[in-house]
Amino acid sequence: MIRFDSVTKGYPDGTLAVDNLSLDAPSGQISVLVGPSGCGKTTSLRMVNRMIEPTSGRVLLDGRDTASIEPAELRRGIGYVIQQAGLFPHKTVLDNIATVPLLLGRSKREARNRAAELLELVGLPQTLAGRYPVQLSGGQQQRVGVARALAADPPVMLMDEPFSAVDPVVREQLQNEFLRIQAELSKTIIFVTHDIDEAIKLGDKIAVMRVGGTLAQFSPPAELLSRPRDEFVAGFVGRDRGYRALSFASTGPLPLAEEPTVRLGDPLSAAREREKDGWILVVGQDDAPLGWLAAGGLTDEQAKGSAGTDLLNLGGTLATKAGTLREALDAALSSPSGRGVIVHEDGRFAGTVTASQVLARIETRATRLREGAIRSATGVCS
Amino acid sequence: MKLAADNGLPGLGRVVIWFNDPGNWWGSTGLLAHVREHLVYTFVVVCTAALIAVPVGLVIGHTGRGTTLIAGTSNALRAVPALGLLIFLIVVLSPRIHIRQGLGSTIPAGSVPYLIPALLVLVILAIPPILTSTYAGVQSLEPAAREAAAGTGMTPLQVILKVEMPCSLPLIMSGLRSATLQVIATLTVAAYAPLVGGLGRLIVDGHQNLRDLRYGYPAMVAGGVSVAVLALAVDALLNLAQRLLTSPGIALSGTRQRTNPMNSQNPVQNAG
Repeated sequence: MIRFDSVTKGYPDGTLAVDNLSLDAPSGQISVLVGPSGCGKTTSLRMVNRMIEPTSGRVLLDGRDTASIEPAELRRGIGYVIQQAGLFPHKTVLDNIATVPLLLGRSKREARNRAAELLELVGLPQTLAGRYPVQLSGGQQQRVGVARALAADPPVMLMDEPFSAVDPVVREQLQNEFLRIQAELSKTIIFVTHDIDEAIKLGDKIAVMRVGGTLAQFSPPAELLSRPRDEFVAGFVGRDRGYRALSFASTGPLPLAEEPTVRLGDPLSAAREREKDGWILVVGQDDAPLGWLAAGGLTDEQAKGSAGTDLLNLGGTLATKAGTLREALDAALSSPSGRGVIVHEDGRFAGTVTASQVLARIETRATRLREGAIRSATGVCS
Repeated sequence: MKLAADNGLPGLGRVVIWFNDPGNWWGSTGLLAHVREHLVYTFVVVCTAALIAVPVGLVIGHTGRGTTLIAGTSNALRAVPALGLLIFLIVVLSPRIHIRQGLGSTIPAGSVPYLIPALLVLVILAIPPILTSTYAGVQSLEPAAREAAAGTGMTPLQVILKVEMPCSLPLIMSGLRSATLQVIATLTVAAYAPLVGGLGRLIVDGHQNLRDLRYGYPAMVAGGVSVAVLALAVDALLNLAQRLLTSPGIALSGTRQRTNPMNSQNPVQNAG
């Protein structure tokens, strides 16, 4: 556990970056520090590995005061990932990852073997081992940065906006893989971001900080969305919080409808015969949905061809069967046919669901939650 | 040659004759002996300057402290006239140095009182290019890499030696090359001091016997040409060393390093 005990960081001109922060980041979980710029979230993070020294208060790692540990020694036991990755440009990918094991005195061979394992863990091919950072994409660099932080298998990781310098698509991949790795390794992580969506997606607990370096609320994400403590938190968490809270609600058994499909490359005449309300779903050889085809509008002439990718409408999102209500609703709302596409975990097509069906489930869940909230509120009063 | 006819100097043909005479190449006052002296002096001067300038540059670059002071001093030092400083130091230092021994043929007996001021002038000239390019090299390192170096648990010394120095190697080497060229060129001035060798001997002595067909003007031109050839050869060697020493990862991102504003003040232009 990482404990902030009344930690304050002030500067000679009197401004406070962090003001009397007390917080327990639980072991084996991701605690996210989130807030607008100037709220002291990065300063707080950097006080854990003593890149910044607190003016007063203590930071404790599993009960041990970090001020009593030599900075270099302390940092070798804490993984540190920063926004621009900060790879060493003169070292290969493998040697970058091997940095901390080498500092800890492991043999070069042992350190490199370990680095090769980590390359795999963060989803990079071994062929990148001998490359230099300048030859990598931003996303690859950030993966190497994560691998370097994990190399000495530290129990604690500090991550300072690690995914904000990459494009949204890569960011989502990195976030998903980060969650996969964390599920495997269960590190105690403090993660800094300014992006509330990222905080909600990744955090087991979220600390919302306000400008001036004070803690506004420290709660699990679902609670942050459903019960923001004050106006600042409510405003920061944002306008769509009702919708976003659905990210934490699993769909449960949805009433999946059968849906006629055609495979990519099938004759369009078949598509036109089987379309429903003008649309038909096109799947690939592996049964994974590829997109919707407006088969109802095809002329006789056009129907002589076959179903190619150029005819597909790719507007619809996919939701997994074991996914969240938010995904399911989004799939239904974004589908050109109005029928949301649900897939199995392995990506095979499972069935479709309409927005009203998803809404019905949301209503049922909301009723249950309301009743629960009333019960607990009366419990508090009495 | 028109020039020769006008001022009564021996023609360039005499320079060819000078180069063709084996007697001018070999022996303790031959061209090769002077080249060797020139190289030894250059080596000593550049190494001394580097031993001072590289560590200071690394520390300044690492801490970011004293950059204004050093930049100002360095530029001021560049403006120092080598010959004036040499004469000044000979007047001030030489009477106080009482070493009479020599060392082999490169340092003849009695030359040390003149050699020390001469080489000192060159060390003073060689420090600024090495110093400025070293700290510019360190400062051109991405802040994120420096942050990560400290964050992974490197001590400040490890940050300097394992990250900052290897990453700034191209710029350190370019500073060394500038300094070396400048020293090779300016060493000729050192021959104004008595008993100091090097290719400057040919130039200074040749100038004093300008109309001598064998040791005068032709020797002077031969000395000048040799300095130029030597400078190009040494620079080519250092260039090779730079390529071999620089990590491919740095060389690949080198375009960014080479556009560093420090290089616009590249002291090569000031050399000679």
